[in-house]
Amino acid sequence: MPPLAAGLLQVGILFAALAVAYRPLGDHMARVYTAKGHLGLERAVYRFARIDPEAEQKWSTYAYGVLGFSFVGIVFLYIVQRLQSLLPFDFDRGNVGPGMAFNTAISFVANTNWQSYVPEVVMGHAVQMIGLTVQNFVSAAVGLAVAVALVRGFVRHQTDRLGNFWVDLTRGTVRILLPIAFIGAVVLVALGVTMSLESGVDVDGQVVANAPVASQEVIKAFGTNGGGVLNANSAHPFENPNEWTNLVEVFLILVVPVALTRTFGRLVGTAKQGHVLLGVMGVIWSAMLAVIWAAEANGVRPLEGKELRFGIPGSAIFADATTGTSTGAVNSLHDSYTGLGGGAAMLNMLFGEMTPGGVGTGLYGILVMAVIAMFLAGLMVGRTPEYLGKKLGRREVTAAAVSILAMPTVLLVGAGIAAVLPGTPAALNNPGEHGLSEILYAYASASNNNGSAFAGITATSDWFQSSLGLCMLFGRFVPMIAVLALAGSLAAQKKVPVTAGTLPTTGPLFATLLTGAIVLVAALTFVPALALGPIAEALL
Amino acid sequence: MDNFLKQSWAVLRILLALTVLLGVLYPLSVWGVSRLPGLHTRAEAQNTDLVAVVREGDRYFVPRPSATTPPASGGSNKSEIDEDYTVVVAERRTRVARREGVPESQVPQDAVTASASGLDPHISPEYAALQVPRVARASGLPVEEVRELVADHTRGTFTTTVNVTALNRALDSATAEEGR
Repeated sequence: MPPLAAGLLQVGILFAALAVAYRPLGDHMARVYTAKGHLGLERAVYRFARIDPEAEQKWSTYAYGVLGFSFVGIVFLYIVQRLQSLLPFDFDRGNVGPGMAFNTAISFVANTNWQSYVPEVVMGHAVQMIGLTVQNFVSAAVGLAVAVALVRGFVRHQTDRLGNFWVDLTRGTVRILLPIAFIGAVVLVALGVTMSLESGVDVDGQVVANAPVASQEVIKAFGTNGGGVLNANSAHPFENPNEWTNLVEVFLILVVPVALTRTFGRLVGTAKQGHVLLGVMGVIWSAMLAVIWAAEANGVRPLEGKELRFGIPGSAIFADATTGTSTGAVNSLHDSYTGLGGGAAMLNMLFGEMTPGGVGTGLYGILVMAVIAMFLAGLMVGRTPEYLGKKLGRREVTAAAVSILAMPTVLLVGAGIAAVLPGTPAALNNPGEHGLSEILYAYASASNNNGSAFAGITATSDWFQSSLGLCMLFGRFVPMIAVLALAGSLAAQKKVPVTAGTLPTTGPLFATLLTGAIVLVAALTFVPALALGPIAEALL
Repeated sequence: MDNFLKQSWAVLRILLALTVLLGVLYPLSVWGVSRLPGLHTRAEAQNTDLVAVVREGDRYFVPRPSATTPPASGGSNKSEIDEDYTVVVAERRTRVARREGVPESQVPQDAVTASASGLDPHISPEYAALQVPRVARASGLPVEEVRELVADHTRGTFTTTVNVTALNRALDSATAEEGR
């Protein structure tokens, strides 16, 4: 099949599959977070953890739950790695060093899954399962919970209660992520993804590392996590053996962030409110796909760092999906992409991960951007902005601004310092502009909780481990706290009736405003840095 | 401090409950399913042809260059503007052209670039066709038969590729038969 037809066919199949899943999954998620009763399994968890599932929380208590759960998760994951040699299935890979364990613990709890380690050399199966797989699930469930809390802020009025974090966390895990992950894992095994407790397998006299891949592979994609079970991530033949597993993985990466717009529409009572968000996400995502695909098809060495079985379209689709969501799995090496193609992947992250963004994080990201867009529109017409029947006053806009600005701040400060440190050039794998792109990409990836890399960079020095760790931490939790504060002040308000002066948020005017806000904020913040890296390289 | 520890302990309990569910029961159930006949061999990657194996000698097809050494996986991460790597690629092109006795302009991209995993077992039909005459000569098999074997191992819905690992195994059986 000619590459153009092959690529379009794959995009067509992908879009069709997403369209089929859109309503059922979106509606299911809406029901999960509004249901009154509890499942037996959930009750058992609440009883064991001594949680009252009926107690509703204020935004601050909700945020305290998010932070407390994540903090304990980081400590637990750190300890598990540091004590790896005491666990079974460690294959004498030894205890993980402190810098690496610190970075990895934050990375997986923050849904980033940046990997400074080579899995098949460093991590045994026990750490992969009880440490990393667990965070693959629960970090995604935390993202969902925060998104749902924000939506409740819009839906509820004159209350200080946003729901119960522990219930949202448990339900998201038990009713959404776990059942679909199990089915997905079985599908992947049937399609040829490996699932082994051995450390490796002999192939014609050559030993290749193996692992319990399928169970983690599916949630890696489905929870927009992205941390590979093996070093080559989804380029590894055991993680992603053929064209069909590739499409399944891309589908899994996109399906929750996409379907959440349906959930949102259902919860606010107008499906169109969700469609307009999906439209904005889809337009930007498709435009970026066109750029990446065209750039790679016209590269000097288009197949360097790409697997032949996926070809250029199959690699470009994956790259766009993984950077447009906060996933960060890769089926090709972005470091070997052209200046334009790699730059577009980077820009996808710099949009703030909302096209369509990560599980939960994408929805609250674009809602925050909608608040900013309405604020800008309000400034233009000199009227207090409203969105979904809530006034956007000083408190709301401040919270939205803090949420938006956290990522660029830690990103540019981190990358700026890294660029001038004397040890940095030795950590780079490429010269000149592309070397700077490796630094920029690393901090963009960490601060946006993406986790993919221009992987030539050696980020194992104490500076990189700790600074990237902090970027992941602040890039994740500062926006989350701001979003919950926003939700709290929205929920406290009365509902404003719709008048002739209300800007409708279901039409093309709002879609244009929102797209403009997303592109403009990223452009104003990052053009100077991008000009020195990928843009300069593309113009060489 | 007491309050902090007490709350951390409560949070740890829910994490432990979820760890049992997601970190033990879930992966082991998937592993259990993968033991079913029909899935078991592939789950363990026994006799897999998913990874490239470099075989010594002119009578075998050569896979793509690799930037790694198994069991680990990985790629070069080299960009277009890395001139040192451009030299490496040019050297590979010269070597392949000399080995197959063709002009350098006929050497396809996949013959000179490393894959992302370093384990890619596939080559393009063009690169396979380029190698057929040499393989036939060295193995003593008729060119037609080698060409047929290549066709037997050419697959793909969207992208057509030739699996070198499976092809070389088929060559082994064919030469063994020929010898008998």
